[in-house]
Amino acid sequence: MTLLRTQNLSAFYADFQALFDINVTVEEGETVAIIGANGAGKTTFLRSVAGAIGTAPEMVFFDGRAIGGKTPHEIVRLGIAMVPEGRRLFPSLSVEENLLLGTHSERSGPWNLKRVYELFPRLFDLRGLPAPSLSGGQQQMAAVGRGLMSNPRLLLCDELSLGLAPIVIRDIYQCLDVITAEGTTVVLVEQDINRALDASARFYCFQEGRLALTAPTEGFDRQAITSAYFGL
Amino acid sequence: MDWLNILVQGGLLGGFYALFAIGLSMSFGIMRLVNIAHGDLIVLAAYVALVVVQATGLSPFLSLIIVVPVMFLLGYALQRGLLNQTLSGGLLPPLLVTFGISIIIQNGLLQVFGAYDHRLQEGSIETASLKLLGGLDIGAYPLLVFAVAVLAIAGLQLLFYRTRLGRAFRAVSDDADTAELMGIDNRKLYALALGIAMIFTAIAGVLFGIRTIFAPSAGPIRLILAFEAVIIGGLGSMWGTLIGGMVLGIAQAVGAALNPTWQILAGHLAFLAILIVRPSGLFPRTRD
Repeated sequence: MTLLRTQNLSAFYADFQALFDINVTVEEGETVAIIGANGAGKTTFLRSVAGAIGTAPEMVFFDGRAIGGKTPHEIVRLGIAMVPEGRRLFPSLSVEENLLLGTHSERSGPWNLKRVYELFPRLFDLRGLPAPSLSGGQQQMAAVGRGLMSNPRLLLCDELSLGLAPIVIRDIYQCLDVITAEGTTVVLVEQDINRALDASARFYCFQEGRLALTAPTEGFDRQAITSAYFGL
Repeated sequence: MDWLNILVQGGLLGGFYALFAIGLSMSFGIMRLVNIAHGDLIVLAAYVALVVVQATGLSPFLSLIIVVPVMFLLGYALQRGLLNQTLSGGLLPPLLVTFGISIIIQNGLLQVFGAYDHRLQEGSIETASLKLLGGLDIGAYPLLVFAVAVLAIAGLQLLFYRTRLGRAFRAVSDDADTAELMGIDNRKLYALALGIAMIFTAIAGVLFGIRTIFAPSAGPIRLILAFEAVIIGGLGSMWGTLIGGMVLGIAQAVGAALNPTWQILAGHLAFLAILIVRPSGLFPRTRD
């Protein structure tokens, strides 16, 4: 069943057009990667789906409903959660308060504080600390946990690996398996191509706001991806 | 000259200034809204109480049963219907719009009530005093106002740090865009914030109207005192605002003791001195 579908999605920052006619389809339960160089429009795509950038209603369909142009808080309530680039935890809130912020979507489901602490046991020990006192990897776990607390059907992850050590990135990506095992659909935006392709079944490659390439990850020639990635 | 008495009276007066300042501090802390009409809203609350007292015969204290919900609804509607539209364009639009609201309130009150002085009469508590050890002489009314200020701030702290709503307020104050992405309806939350701020504005207005005479033009002075209390205390810190109010009150009391004409000036000078020594106030919290 198709969970997310964008139809000729275009997005603008004032007069600057950042996305051109993007058609992306994500089936329920699958993990899809969106890759591309800096400025390719990956983050813009996620922000358009999450409602942070306005679009026409018929440009984004979620579970068969046109949701383009809805506000971000309405979209979270429908079941799309965002783990924003750079984590964006709330600095004056404790770790646990940051997680609890995810419950403002008022959705029920498998995820609650207990489950998130099982997934990221370190966070339980750190739960009373202010968010900025955590290391980058711990903050990323808290940001993923906060997204999960809204019990999304679709989790949008923007640059999970940004600024983190390889071993920390590996830990976080291992947790993705637990998340998808709950039936949660995941869209990964990454600059780290190999990491993204290893974790996903299909990928889309963006280039300068346009879709350059899409294919199943399995057995795909990475040389061709590199060509599309750099526009060669 | 009994200096202890002066310090205590000044400190108690600080409770008043803190009450004036709570609403201002909240709307700046949560939505970065500098509300120029804040002083006029305090005066408006006093006039609403006056109408309620005259219409129902309730005492001014009891009139709060009506004044508080009226001001809450006014704050909610003002934010939802008007001020929310000004928040995306930087600091200037809300400044201009609230300046306009200030003028509208002052002239509206002038139209309806005239330029005369009014007062709310609460009876014997206004002049009662308590004699304490060491020759201290404390007015019952300033003590009551101070206690209300402390309770109000303690209550707000509980709201901010112990409730789901308070957590949302703090998150929005940190990063409004991300809060929206987490499912918080910022516009509704802002409206609720100004509504709650106006509860304290209502209490401040009624207590103010009992203590002194008021006229439609009384607002801007209250605004300045509230601003000074907030800035001295440090932006975003509620207890800091109480300390800021007390610093202001003590400075005024000391100034008045030296020379009665120096009372107001001494408060402003203390404010300027603290701005020079600690530009971000005594207990700053709010970032940016």
